[in-house]
Amino acid sequence: MIGALIARDVRRGFSGAAWLPIAFFLLVATLVPFAIGPDARLLGRIGPGILWIAALTAALLPIERLIEPDRADGVLDQLALHGAAEESVAFAKMVAHWLTFAPLLLVAALPGSALLAMDGRSLGRTEIALAIGTPGLAALAVAVAAVIAGLPRAGSLAGLLLLPFAVPLLIFGAAQALALEAAVSLLLTAGAPFVAGAAIRATRT
Amino acid sequence: MKLLLRFDDVLLRRGGRQLFEGLDLALGPGEALQVVGPNGSGKSSLIRLAAGLLRHERGVVERAPLALADDNVALDRELQLCRALRFWSHRPEPAMEALGIAHLADVPVRLLSSGQLKRAALARVAASGVTLWLLDEPLNALDADGVDRLNRIVGAHRASGGAVLAASHQPLSGDWRLVDLAQ
Repeated sequence: MIGALIARDVRRGFSGAAWLPIAFFLLVATLVPFAIGPDARLLGRIGPGILWIAALTAALLPIERLIEPDRADGVLDQLALHGAAEESVAFAKMVAHWLTFAPLLLVAALPGSALLAMDGRSLGRTEIALAIGTPGLAALAVAVAAVIAGLPRAGSLAGLLLLPFAVPLLIFGAAQALALEAAVSLLLTAGAPFVAGAAIRATRT
Repeated sequence: MKLLLRFDDVLLRRGGRQLFEGLDLALGPGEALQVVGPNGSGKSSLIRLAAGLLRHERGVVERAPLALADDNVALDRELQLCRALRFWSHRPEPAMEALGIAHLADVPVRLLSSGQLKRAALARVAASGVTLWLLDEPLNALDADGVDRLNRIVGAHRASGGAVLAASHQPLSGDWRLVDLAQ
């Protein structure tokens, strides 16, 4: 059931607008040189941080599609009746969300780094940091999506909830303290299914 | 006789309001039970409680593996009907045949009418292969042919040892025991 759910969510992710967060990611990377001027040295220095900000906003975009449609359509109820624990469902959704946005993001970081005049070494380190940090980001997105499912104006609430929790990932990711970043990412990935599972159960009142 | 669903002295509160208390139910193989009562009396809540999707405050609820059809169709809207049903069961074809939607197998779920969606939800339950069916307002949006087919699959399910708990304010044809939540 869980494997089928991952496959289904990945299919839905790609059949929907999977390119939209990526376009958003590149758009942010494009806007920065316009905003601060075409100074290659300055851009190269702040590039990794900008890519992280862009990745955060890109992870935030699909958040309303992660849990809410399945709650409203009874899919979460049916999964529970089929014996799937809410935590397993949340974990499946994390895996599927990561698969639909992270690999594309890592590819999009290539043109993104060119726009920000980053050199090869800096790009390589940022790619590794993004690869380590995105599972934590996906976990956070699913947990927040479950907490806001069914609430009015959930979209704006999502940003307020997600961004503060993403700060440690951002700090260690942009500073390329990879061991600490991996620890934060692991903590989020391990904790998020339980938060999301409890939130899904709490929507059934 | 092994019971498929049992409520013993159950109290259910929702949003601070008590819907029913001291409710006893027993449903064995081959039996069918209809929950009746005015709007807002807790019929759907009883169904969701039986499904384990709501928590009761007092009493005991025991249930066998079950399938539920309520207002939520739980089928992927962008998929063809047959593929969408296959997410929940490996062989939905006989159930689609029984509910008269076999010819819609290749039609995307989002294009179906509300009556066809109701039939699809009932087909999902019929294809589940479990003994206990929970149906919330199964007659909503069904035409005369749909009602006829519903009665037939319920009859066949009971004849093969299954049980059905349905909530409906309209009378269901056949031999149903009634639980009235108005009392």
